[in-house]
Amino acid sequence: MSHKVIIPIGPYHPLQEEPEFFRLYIEGERVIDIDIVIGYNHRGIEELSEHKHFDQVAYLVERICGICSTSHPFAYVNAIEDLAHIQVPERALYIRTIIAEMERIHSHLLWLGLAGHFIGYNTVWMWAWRYREPILDCFEMITGNRNHYAMMKPGGVRRDILEEHISPLKKTLDELNKATDMFYGAVVDDPVIKARLKGIGILTKEQARNWCVVGPTARASGIDIDVRRDDPYGAYDRVDFNVIVEKEGDIFAKTLVRIKELYESIRIIRQCLDKMPKGEIETKIKEIPAGEGIGRVEAPRGECFHYVRSDGTNRPIRHKIRAPSYMNVASNKIAAVGGTISDAAITLAAVDPCYCCTERCSVIRKKDNQKLLTGWDLIKLSQEKTEKLKKEMGL
Amino acid sequence: MNLKLKALTKSIWVFHAACSPCNNCDIEVLDLLTPRYDVERFGIILAGSVRHADALLVTGVPNYKTAQRIKKLYEQAPKPCFVIAVGSCACGRNMFRESYNSPCNLDEIIPVDIYISGCPPKPEAMIAGIVKLIKKVGSSKGY
Ligand code: SF4
Repeated sequence: MSHKVIIPIGPYHPLQEEPEFFRLYIEGERVIDIDIVIGYNHRGIEELSEHKHFDQVAYLVERICGICSTSHPFAYVNAIEDLAHIQVPERALYIRTIIAEMERIHSHLLWLGLAGHFIGYNTVWMWAWRYREPILDCFEMITGNRNHYAMMKPGGVRRDILEEHISPLKKTLDELNKATDMFYGAVVDDPVIKARLKGIGILTKEQARNWCVVGPTARASGIDIDVRRDDPYGAYDRVDFNVIVEKEGDIFAKTLVRIKELYESIRIIRQCLDKMPKGEIETKIKEIPAGEGIGRVEAPRGECFHYVRSDGTNRPIRHKIRAPSYMNVASNKIAAVGGTISDAAITLAAVDPCYCCTERCSVIRKKDNQKLLTGWDLIKLSQEKTEKLKKEMGL
Repeated sequence: MNLKLKALTKSIWVFHAACSPCNNCDIEVLDLLTPRYDVERFGIILAGSVRHADALLVTGVPNYKTAQRIKKLYEQAPKPCFVIAVGSCACGRNMFRESYNSPCNLDEIIPVDIYISGCPPKPEAMIAGIVKLIKKVGSSKGY
């Protein structure tokens, strides 16, 4: 059968936890085109930021995204420190690095769980999220909150890592190392996961470069980039770690990159805990001069970029944010097209999209001559989708 | 309490609608389903469609694009239906109050039965909130 069918996914779809809208154009079983409609998550953060003073902005950018809730403030404080030429105490740099790596662990585990869920492996979901809990406990112990840690502030960090925090954290890391071994084994050896993920949603090196993807998505396609190594911030130049690169560019490679990065993150935290010097955790800032600064951070999903311009008052007059998903989401167009409809869900999820991050600055809406299907009749859409799926599978 | 309400409080099926949250509340809601909290033992699961749900769980600040959709979702839900606002965003717009893209509070669009504040609220707080809701409905005559 080769008539063209449009399958809408979203904006409220049981599979997604964020509102986003994909329109898949299907011919038979193949996805021939895809439209990505975002803008459901736009909150105007860049504009809000211009009405808050420099200390408050750290809290605001933290709320861009709950999963990378340290990456944005981290990039922001880097930008401020670049702007005002602030020397941050050594200990604060190490604490920042530890928090950022803990976040990478929790984010990658979260993705692993969701990926398992998307291919119908709820066991993977449950296990991955089970091992995420101890990390959240450590966050709660150190920062006082399970998410939204509020650790970063221009000039340093808000809370210290105390002596009594170190041994529980190390214990958690040991357990996590074992769990990662288990996940690694489970993913590499499992024939079903291999069959579902190998050769699916391929993004070649060249395509990856053309679409400017960043982070694990780029590294899985053989592009060797990592801000942590290429432009060290925090304490990354004082620790030893590997940048994981895979060649294949399929979803299996993306999974492998993320699992292997778990090991690296554990290694980085251990080194930081051992090397962390004693001393102050923040530099007092008297004023922020006029000027501009940039901050880059390797968020769990890729490079996160902040630009801040100040005119010498206590507020930024311009704050520009570029989140990693902004680059990665567009590459779905390449990865999903040509695949089958049953692989679409995992392919769309493979870049670990984060619409909260992406949608702070602009509402993007693709206009075309197709009728825009709104999400008003959820059940109908949902049933339609299942029915189409069934029909196509039966044919 | 009428029969419908009594049945409603037994095992609540929840439809989760995110209207421009920061994701954290959503993740914590999903956390409720995973082994540590496992609310499925109380019969609480996420429903695939609001038409099968007993409760509409909303996270995030409504913006111009999602506000109308949340309203439509509520209209489609079978009544009586609880509306649970999770997180400071859904309760009172948090720090996005002054945003140009945030027209109004959630409770100005649809009637909210319970507010669980926190940014994000801990999973324990969410469970406590739902328990309170059930108790309150159970003890009230009319609703
Ligand atoms: S209440 Fe806080 S955690 Fe929840 S969606 Fe809003 S900003 Fe995010």
